[in-house]
Amino acid sequence: MSKITTKNLNLWYGSFQALKDVNSSFQANKITAIIGPSGCGKSTLLRTFNRMNDLIDGVRTKGEILIDNEDILSQQADLVSLRKKVGMVFQRPNPFPLSIYENIVFGQKIHVGRVNRNALDGIVENSLKSVLLWEELRDKLNTPALRLSLEQKQRLCIARLIAVKPDVLLMDEPCSTLDPQATAKIEELMRELKNNYSIIIVTHNMQQAARVSDDTGFMLLGELIEFARTEDIFTKPRDKRTEDYITGRYG
Amino acid sequence: MQRHFDDELKELHKEILQMGVMAQEAIYKSIEALKNRDKALAEDVINADTKIDRLELIIDERCVDLIARHQPMAGDLRFLTTGMKVNAELERIADLAVDIAQRVLELVDKPLLKPLIDIPKLSVIAQKMVRDAIDSFVNRDAELARKVVLSDPEADKLRNIVQDELINDYMAKDPKTASRAVPLLLIARHLERICDHTTNIAEDVIYMVEAKVVKHHPEEI
Repeated sequence: MSKITTKNLNLWYGSFQALKDVNSSFQANKITAIIGPSGCGKSTLLRTFNRMNDLIDGVRTKGEILIDNEDILSQQADLVSLRKKVGMVFQRPNPFPLSIYENIVFGQKIHVGRVNRNALDGIVENSLKSVLLWEELRDKLNTPALRLSLEQKQRLCIARLIAVKPDVLLMDEPCSTLDPQATAKIEELMRELKNNYSIIIVTHNMQQAARVSDDTGFMLLGELIEFARTEDIFTKPRDKRTEDYITGRYG
Repeated sequence: MQRHFDDELKELHKEILQMGVMAQEAIYKSIEALKNRDKALAEDVINADTKIDRLELIIDERCVDLIARHQPMAGDLRFLTTGMKVNAELERIADLAVDIAQRVLELVDKPLLKPLIDIPKLSVIAQKMVRDAIDSFVNRDAELARKVVLSDPEADKLRNIVQDELINDYMAKDPKTASRAVPLLLIARHLERICDHTTNIAEDVIYMVEAKVVKHHPEEI
């Protein structure tokens, strides 16, 4: 089932066209990887799904992005609820300079307002359990989040998203600052999470895309060149440009 | 880009080609030994097999090493996995040539049961199939690989002719001929098995070139 569909999606930063007629369909409860060389538009595409690009001056978008069949580019789209529904994990984990507990309930306070302490405790526990951090941190909830390891911080950021019950998790190079062991843990977590969320990951690490994703899209110069099942992309890509990129012969 | 990896792939290519040449030579010599009742040549085939075994290990090791260090994808991945399979098939083909040479040693001191007609014909088909299969691998030629697959039934047919003749015209009529008929029967069988292994190579080549699985799907040829 398609969770996110783009139709003839174009995006310009001023006069520079960063996305060109992107037509795609991202499936629910699957992990989709977007790969491509630097500057190909993969992060831009990812950021259109919760309209993060709106924050950049001079951005102009044309086309449609349907999430659960609703056009998020329309005038009526509610950005706050969109960003609650479509959460984002960034390259460097960015916990707030607050306690672990406060990090997780931060979104609740914004989106829901006042919630009683018992309910918040439950949310913290469930969110940390979802990212497999509960056993490690249950006795340290008031510790500053900035004291956690990089990998724990990244998990905490995912837990912070999960606390507001999103549908879609966007991940922009979520493991690029992590060592291989921590990367493996985040990838394992992604596999757990896909049962409940649709995950889209942008990565430069092709082995990671091959390991973790169900579908893969290859982008080049703003175009989505090929989109297929990951096993097909990495064993028998249809387009020569995809083949050249994934075999390291591009450029 | 990728110059080092490409150089390594070329080296692998050369080694597999060398393996193919050695396997072809083993078949050719084993059949020449049969035709000329040449004991020394048959022994030559048997002794040369250790060289082929050694090369098989070198190729295998290179493939594993390249996979581990370069994590190849797409066409490169298909080339390496096919290379490993082709390597194993060629080693089996060379073993079958050794089997033929051993049968020759069993026959060499006995009078010839009958003039050799169909076995040399079968060996010509087998050698051509091996040569074409290796060429199809080296030149990434799926069409040639298809021709190899399609020529296998001819080899089966000839094997059956040899078998029927040896059983019905010789062994059934005079069981004492068995000691000379059975080695010939086995040689025909070994040659037909060589053709089967060659068919496997050709099917793998089609996968390597077109990313299409034809193994166990004859309708896809």
